[in-house]
Amino acid sequence: FSVLSFLSSLLLITYKMPLLQPPPAKYGGRHTVTLIPGDGIGPELLNHVREVFRFSCVPVDFEVVHVNSAVETEDDINNAITAIRRNGVALKGNIETKHTMAPSVKSRNNLLRTSLDLYANVMHCQSLPGVQTRHKNIDIMIIRENTEGEYSSLEHESVSGVVESLKIITRNNSLRIADYAFKLAREKGRRRVTAVHKANIMKLGDGLFLQCCREVASGYPDITFDSMIVDNTTMQLVSKPQQFDVMVMPNLYGNVVSNVCAGLVGGPGLVPGANYGHVYAVFETATRNTGKSIANRNIANPTAMLLASCMMLDHLKLYDHASSIRNAILNTMNETRLHTADIGGQGTTSEVVQTIMRFIQSKGQLTSEY
Amino acid sequence: MTARSVRSLSGALKPLFSNRCPGITSCFLQVYGAASCNQRQKSTYTPPPARYGGRHTVTLIPGDGIGPELGNHVRELFRFCCVPVDFEVVNVDSSVASEDDINNAIMAIRRNGVALKGNIETNHNLPPSYKSRNNLLRTTLDLYANVMHCQSLPGVRTRHRNIDIMIIRENTEGEYSSLEHENVPGVVECLKIITKTKSLRIADYAFRTARAKGRRRVTAVHKANIMKLGDGLFLECCKEVASGYPEITFDSMIVDNTTMQLVSRPQQFDLMVMPNLYGNVVSNVCAGLVGGPGLVPGANYGEDYAVFETGTRNTGKSIANRNTANPTAMLLASCLLLDHLKLHAYASMIRRAILSTVSETRLHTADLGGQGSTSEVVQSIMNAVQSTGPQTLSI
Repeated sequence: FSVLSFLSSLLLITYKMPLLQPPPAKYGGRHTVTLIPGDGIGPELLNHVREVFRFSCVPVDFEVVHVNSAVETEDDINNAITAIRRNGVALKGNIETKHTMAPSVKSRNNLLRTSLDLYANVMHCQSLPGVQTRHKNIDIMIIRENTEGEYSSLEHESVSGVVESLKIITRNNSLRIADYAFKLAREKGRRRVTAVHKANIMKLGDGLFLQCCREVASGYPDITFDSMIVDNTTMQLVSKPQQFDVMVMPNLYGNVVSNVCAGLVGGPGLVPGANYGHVYAVFETATRNTGKSIANRNIANPTAMLLASCMMLDHLKLYDHASSIRNAILNTMNETRLHTADIGGQGTTSEVVQTIMRFIQSKGQLTSEY
Repeated sequence: MTARSVRSLSGALKPLFSNRCPGITSCFLQVYGAASCNQRQKSTYTPPPARYGGRHTVTLIPGDGIGPELGNHVRELFRFCCVPVDFEVVNVDSSVASEDDINNAIMAIRRNGVALKGNIETNHNLPPSYKSRNNLLRTTLDLYANVMHCQSLPGVRTRHRNIDIMIIRENTEGEYSSLEHENVPGVVECLKIITKTKSLRIADYAFRTARAKGRRRVTAVHKANIMKLGDGLFLECCKEVASGYPEITFDSMIVDNTTMQLVSRPQQFDLMVMPNLYGNVVSNVCAGLVGGPGLVPGANYGEDYAVFETGTRNTGKSIANRNTANPTAMLLASCLLLDHLKLHAYASMIRRAILSTVSETRLHTADLGGQGSTSEVVQSIMNAVQSTGPQTLSI
């Protein structure tokens, strides 16, 4: 058995499989997943996730690791990273980056992503039938480079009053993310990949990114590849978002574009996001909001976090559980019209979660008595 | 009276870029304006005096794509309305690598002080040492403030209503410094420069404009949680300047949240100030919200010069010379130009005509969902001007 795991880990390294294998469920068929509550609405939403999982008898145990955002030492986040290395999969809330602390205190979320080399951030924005939005029939997949670009945290002030921030674009990472994007597009049956860039101004940087995308595109003749400058992209997104299919881009443009798309389909409470690396996967809400102003008031929308947990179950190959919870969530959203305040309703978080659990129970699957 | 005391007096008398200056102040300023023109750090702007028989000379750079035809329409309209403006046309060829053309254009703008331009294409096939011509123009003339006013127009049907956002974007530094290098093959470093002086300058401009236009709230857009030193410095400068304007509320928002709020509830924003790249994205989002790139004019202001163009700086190559482009943005930009030259009567007359034409749905061009052509729209604007009665040329 140990030889097999050794060989499989070798395969992982040499073949660089895009769809990484989940860690095997060693302990009685139950998986262990790291849970990082974070700040703001993170803790309460993740409690709801645990509640739903316990109710549906999902074979997942959570190892909770707290990260205190108010201290300067990096011990907490290092513990969290070690736990994720151990378990292979994590579900996290957003950790707040306090502005009042010194600039040497790096963003904890960023540290996590770069240490674990979670190079691809995938966000799937779809119009949900039960949510009323200004645009309809949106179905965009956004793949954002997650580790370099403007988020390198390399800044210096050589002359007082003049700050230089370095935006790093490397050939390896650009090829890697382009490869991921095209593989995912092929696997999901998507027809078109759009690269978003600003190569007319940042000729070397975004020019390199665009070149790498073109190189990879030549190996996928069945998928159309085109490119668009980021300002035009955002303008097209607010007028005609239905034209986009899969979009791949560097870090900062990915941040902006994913937030625009999340706003178009109904807001930050609806869209889940996933961060994939070669070896690890971390799931969270797509727009990474802390939600401090609505914390502990039972009004946060649990949909994004619950859908993220379904993505995690898909990743662990527990497809049945994933689809039952996902169907329950979508039924709650579309049929009962029980909406929380951010999408214009008056429901509370606990009401929504209760309805989801009732839907799961009504399908007849094994649930625990609570 | 020294030029400095003239400036301070004029600064006390007249807020910057105000449309309602009393006649006496303007004469007073024009007399001394010529003398103080050469001084640096003018606190109020006076347009270059109309030396030649009361007519102004303005540089016109046609650019590429739809630029030339729209520039022609502007000239046609100005000639029709007997506007005392002469255009000095300077062509810039975007396909050659030499910088002579753009240097000529810059020289012409230094001479005239004001310009109207179309977008000059940046050819991807030329080597990276070839800098963007538009960027070169902006940085050489130090046009540090890009101002874009996005308003919902009554005749244009959009998903959001009652939008009235003013976007002030730093125009010369930030991510557009064109400083990139490849020390190690396969690794490119792009430098984003934020300086204290320029951040203070743009924040100062933003608050002065807010005060002049009676705006209640200024929002700074940044990403200081990630770029702590860079955007942190920008935010700090904005806060410093804000403390000197107690009647104006100041708040800040991270750029990703801003774009999300813009697509869900844009009515919450009043005036926004931000560095270069975020300004690019946010201004395009706002232009999309009010109806598209054909409707919004943009202005680039510096200490000594002003250049007017369409807000989203599109070349529009695919619709060039097909008589389908929307002339509204360029014509409204020319009205901003007239306001800048203090020809307010002409500016409001043309603006009224444009807005009445835009509210007529059957004359909408293709980008607004209609079937009108550019020349029909311009003709209708000229008819509207004629019907209001001022002197027009009979052609």
